[in-house]
Amino acid sequence: MAIRERMSGNEAIAVAMKQINPDVVAAFPITPSTEVPQYFSQFVADGSVNTEFVAVESEHSAMSACVGASAAGARAMTATSANGLALMWEVLYIAAASRLPIVLACVNRTLSGPLNIHNDHSDSMGARDSGWIQMYSENNQEAYDNTLMANRIAEHPEVLLPVMVCQDGFITSHAIENIELLEDDKVTAFVGEYSPEEYLLDKENPIAVGPLDHFTYCFEHKRQQAEAMIQAKKVVLQVSEEFAKLTGRKYSLFEEYKTEDAEVCMVVLNSTAGTAKYVVDQMRAEGKKVGMIKPRLFRPFPVDEITAALSRFKAVAVMDKADSFNAAGGPLFTDVSSAMFAKGVFGPKMINYIYGLGGRDVKATDLELVYNELLKIASTGKVDSVYNYLGVRE
Amino acid sequence: MAYNLKEVAKKPERMTGGHRMCAGCGAPVIVRQILRALKPEDHAVIGSATGCLEVCTFIYPYTSWKDSFVHNAFENSGATVSGAEAAYIAMKRRGKVKEETKFIAFGGDGGTYDIGLQSLSGAMERGHDMVYVCYDNGAYMNTGIQRSSATPKYADTTTSPAGKVIPGKQQWRKDLTEIMVNHNIPYAAQTAAIGNMKDLYEKAEKAIYTKGPCFLNVLAPCPRGWQYNTPDLMEINKLAVESCFWPLYEVENGKYTVTYKPKSKIPVKDFLKAQGRFKHLFKAGNEGLLEEIQIEVDKRWEALLKKAGE
Repeated sequence: MAIRERMSGNEAIAVAMKQINPDVVAAFPITPSTEVPQYFSQFVADGSVNTEFVAVESEHSAMSACVGASAAGARAMTATSANGLALMWEVLYIAAASRLPIVLACVNRTLSGPLNIHNDHSDSMGARDSGWIQMYSENNQEAYDNTLMANRIAEHPEVLLPVMVCQDGFITSHAIENIELLEDDKVTAFVGEYSPEEYLLDKENPIAVGPLDHFTYCFEHKRQQAEAMIQAKKVVLQVSEEFAKLTGRKYSLFEEYKTEDAEVCMVVLNSTAGTAKYVVDQMRAEGKKVGMIKPRLFRPFPVDEITAALSRFKAVAVMDKADSFNAAGGPLFTDVSSAMFAKGVFGPKMINYIYGLGGRDVKATDLELVYNELLKIASTGKVDSVYNYLGVRE
Repeated sequence: MAYNLKEVAKKPERMTGGHRMCAGCGAPVIVRQILRALKPEDHAVIGSATGCLEVCTFIYPYTSWKDSFVHNAFENSGATVSGAEAAYIAMKRRGKVKEETKFIAFGGDGGTYDIGLQSLSGAMERGHDMVYVCYDNGAYMNTGIQRSSATPKYADTTTSPAGKVIPGKQQWRKDLTEIMVNHNIPYAAQTAAIGNMKDLYEKAEKAIYTKGPCFLNVLAPCPRGWQYNTPDLMEINKLAVESCFWPLYEVENGKYTVTYKPKSKIPVKDFLKAQGRFKHLFKAGNEGLLEEIQIEVDKRWEALLKKAGE
């Protein structure tokens, strides 16, 4: 029987980590992810895990130590937010290129500047090209479930890439909600032992990691890295299916909410999807055919599946809690719209909203405005503005 | 057993030839001698910061390292090796690794005194059972001889050039060994490859087999940056030590010992004169600069003797 509990998103991540009992956790405190290493170091202090906890002096060292640990043959995990993720930047790329299956809990927070501790997605969106698999989570349950699946995905021999599990800082990291936990032994069995083929601590087969890689081989290595990312989608689905058998909780590449007969659709990540579901229900009660798609897997980007799903709508609003500052649209919009073009899907009118930057509250009425605009576009076929800011004073 | 170079040199090489370090470079001589201090039966995980040592010894698909080797980036050799050591502790506890494994991180002065200082400090403070070795050649040699905080005052480098108005680097060297001593680690030492390299070997052995974080600062002359003839490497090392520009000492659990005292200290200008990077100091009118360097070397040497109770 699953365990019914109530806890914050941060505690859910920490509990998942406790159940996984990784070999090494190296972390540095930063709001709002600080609680993750706090909870975890308590587990270490109480002997409920036998992980080696490395309380490093910076996030750069956190990721560097994870690289060292993972290359040595350990299952290594960490957690961070915002500037912490930015400080890891250089090493994020090295972790991915070295094909080290590190798992990172990213508690999304606005990246400075200006300094702001609240939620948006500018941190993880900035890392979208670092070679990490990125999974987004609507609530504490999804953050917990994604974390339990992350090691399996990362360590899969066809993948061997690091995984970032994202959730919204404060909104879900600090809000206490109901959650269903798995029993420890079930997690142990599901996650399994990590047995890398080659690792530094293997005395009989010593290896060297992190070469100077000139143009003679580097390009091929990058191609292999790209191939791993291509294979990751399949593995995410396989692991999710196995997880569904164990828990009954079904996960795919994205979640569709009331899209079957919808005319218009919103694409939105993380906790705002929860608000969107509420708005969809309200507007459906008024007979408006609105739906919502919540991407779970952002890297790799499920181009085929998401374009097929979106092809049915008359108008689509892609919501970005980060701006690319390209004067044209946020990162999710850029990916979705270029995927639509590449796949020859020209039916839906596409618009973009930048919302909630710096933690600005996103209310149901804000999302209602978006749906009303979409319905207007659907009926007139006319788009006034593609790149929009939502809920900002100007 | 008394140290014997002939015996030590018979040990199998753990860093093989064929690497691309320059002729007359101090670093590979140091690294090979340090690795000889490992017990043959012990496995080692060796890390290196980005720098000459790394880019010359591990160019895909070749490696000079017989032990396991990890390179991550420029500033994080300390943190990276500390992570590998943490993995070792965890995996040993879980019965996944059984062999005795030693952890050695290398970095040049750029990767150690400057960009990697925080990472090194963190690793030492946390108490990992590892040795950090700085091969100090006194500038960013890999990128083309730019000044670092280890560059001696008045040295001519490409970012502290000796010009018509400014005679080279304007600041004294950072005293990194002293900074590491003040981390209260069990063992910190300064050494160089002189004579039969006994000092280097014995300090390496102590550092590797003392439990906890240990630090070695090793002088590593660079023929390109220092501008000396490549066969003169060992002579340059000797002049650095005999002039007390680079004192050999160790600090074991807080206790200072000067491990080599020159019978008669030679003037520092003898060390400087052997190197092209100081040639501007020997032009007429710059005698005062030489004098200034001599005073500083004397001051630091006297301070060290005092700490060692001599």
